[in-house]
Amino acid sequence: MATVEYRHATCTYPGMGSPAVASLDLAVDDGELMVLVGPSGSGKSTALRMLAGLEMVTSGEILIGGRVVTGAPPKARDIAMVFQSYALYPHLTVRDNLAFPLKQKRVPRQERDQLVEEAARMLEIEEMLDRRPRQLSGGQRQRVAMGRAIVRRPQVFLMDEPLSNLDAKLRVQTRAEIAALQRRLGVTTVYVTHDQVEAMTLGQRVAVLRDGVLQQCDTPRRLYEHPCNVFVAGFVGSPAMNLDRVPFDGTAVRVGDQSVPVPGQAAAAARRAGLTEVVLGLRPDALVVAGDAGADGTPHLSGVVQLVEDTGSDAWVHVEIPSRVPLRVVCRADSRRLPTPGDAVPLAVRAAEAHLFDPAGGERLGG
Amino acid sequence: MSGAAGPGRVTPDAGGPAVAATPEAAARVRRRRHGSAAATLVLVVLAAIWFFPIYYMLIDAFKPGYDLLTYPPQLWPAHWTLSNFQEAFTVNGAGPTVPQPSFLSSLFISVMVSLIVVVFSVGISLFAALATARFNFRGRSVMLVALLVAYMVPFTSLLIPIFIELNKFGMIGTVPALIIAYVAPVLPFTVWTLRGFVASVPVDIEEAALTDGCSRLSAFRKVIFPLIAPGLVATAIFAFILAWNDFAFANIILGNSGSIFGGQAETATVWLVGLINPSRVTPWGELFAASLIFTLPVMLFFLTFQRRIAAGLTAGAVKG
Repeated sequence: MATVEYRHATCTYPGMGSPAVASLDLAVDDGELMVLVGPSGSGKSTALRMLAGLEMVTSGEILIGGRVVTGAPPKARDIAMVFQSYALYPHLTVRDNLAFPLKQKRVPRQERDQLVEEAARMLEIEEMLDRRPRQLSGGQRQRVAMGRAIVRRPQVFLMDEPLSNLDAKLRVQTRAEIAALQRRLGVTTVYVTHDQVEAMTLGQRVAVLRDGVLQQCDTPRRLYEHPCNVFVAGFVGSPAMNLDRVPFDGTAVRVGDQSVPVPGQAAAAARRAGLTEVVLGLRPDALVVAGDAGADGTPHLSGVVQLVEDTGSDAWVHVEIPSRVPLRVVCRADSRRLPTPGDAVPLAVRAAEAHLFDPAGGERLGG
Repeated sequence: MSGAAGPGRVTPDAGGPAVAATPEAAARVRRRRHGSAAATLVLVVLAAIWFFPIYYMLIDAFKPGYDLLTYPPQLWPAHWTLSNFQEAFTVNGAGPTVPQPSFLSSLFISVMVSLIVVVFSVGISLFAALATARFNFRGRSVMLVALLVAYMVPFTSLLIPIFIELNKFGMIGTVPALIIAYVAPVLPFTVWTLRGFVASVPVDIEEAALTDGCSRLSAFRKVIFPLIAPGLVATAIFAFILAWNDFAFANIILGNSGSIFGGQAETATVWLVGLINPSRVTPWGELFAASLIFTLPVMLFFLTFQRRIAAGLTAGAVKG
């Protein structure tokens, strides 16, 4: 087990103008599960590959366990990686796949067999030890890939979207298993995903990247409640936060024909910046089809239902609020009393949960 | 019976899985069976045409000399003999005056040349395939297109240019010249085939080996090499067969004027053709016996490994 540290780590691919990862500063604690998340091209996989030694670090440093490993080959880093494609060796049996990293470390045969059996037991793949990867299902292959990573007890686990090839149900199940396994082994883990739900449920901390730049690194709760900019606010949370540019009068914002007071700190910051327009962020949870939440005394907006998404446990209603430029928002509704498209509905706003962002740079206003 | 079968009724005489439930379906099954029988007949005729020369070579190798020239030819020997084989190894080759290389030494030259061609072509094409499949470098696309164009040029059309080039270096009539003449046209094919194999091995697997503790070299040896081995075998066989069966290049570049280990050298194909000499009676029995000895190893090899060879030649072509 070890800490991991990126110090101004940059990776620029030859012939590319802008870096894939730009001056990344990130520290992962010993035993922590850190998730790197971001859309395609955000540099999350490149950052992981830099840590693995599979991508060159153009400038800056990478440390594992306090030791600089920037120029070291992958085998000198004591890491184990789980690939998106699992990357099992097709010509070897499951047993040989698991034993492969141990053979490279020249672990004696008896000890090697014992460790393989142990890992297989832990991942419940004992019956598959003599099969070849092509004889396994996607979920089983994923387990073997995990087994190959854990069998050698590395200092750091690296996981590059290991669940993205699984179906939705298996993904949820395996996600929980990975979290449990990581807690049990206590190995520092850096996990890459583009799925923000996966990031929020797995990560002890989550680092959000965009265009190679780290946007925010925080606990999932804090990311959700205090996104540092419009990008993080829009990326974290499902459904995404409603973000609209609205007029600001010093204490409240105007949404449609309604004035919605905003939290004091945010309003003060907007005033200090002399803004007359701000980006208002409201989570779908903070907008409730009125009457369902019993939100008496809260400001009410009115709009027309465009679309209803009933997922069973939750129901999300897309509502258009008439305005100079009509606003389209997503809000929560009681799935037992769903409106239908075309209905005019009142929306209660939990103004205390409103977020304000600077329309110019997108930074958060207030604490 | 079948006339009684109405719509939706199973005809009792149809049998098997292709049970016809309607007259239309029954007609379809009949047409399919007739089509299949016709195709089989065509294939049998084609196979017979292809197989006949081999059969003729086989039986004539065991006929005594006086039975070989009978008319009409005997399709089954009246007498059997092994003397043709014995004489094949003692008869002299083409030359009317000078003693020519023996069949055994020609076989040795053929084996040696073919194996060296295999080693060179597989070795060079393996590295070229790795470079073009795994690395981005300036001129890679041009190189690949050039290889493809070279691959499309008929083998024999390269004979004269290669001859002229080798002649400039004074190499005509030497075994190394023949090896170069074979390796040059083989490479485009072997590089393309092997490149397909290397490209079909996901980069992730190589990287997994690196993170599992391998160096680049050991990752290649322990992971990539076993995965592309069928491709190596396929390309090796292709190179071997090309060099083994060729007559034109061997005759013009090496002829029977080559020398090796101080003795005269020619390949087995040139030696066999050399037996047909207008200045003397052609020893047909020895010719067929020697041809059989020359053909047998390749035929047996193909019959044994035909499935693997076919799989090897196509496996790298598409991503699995």
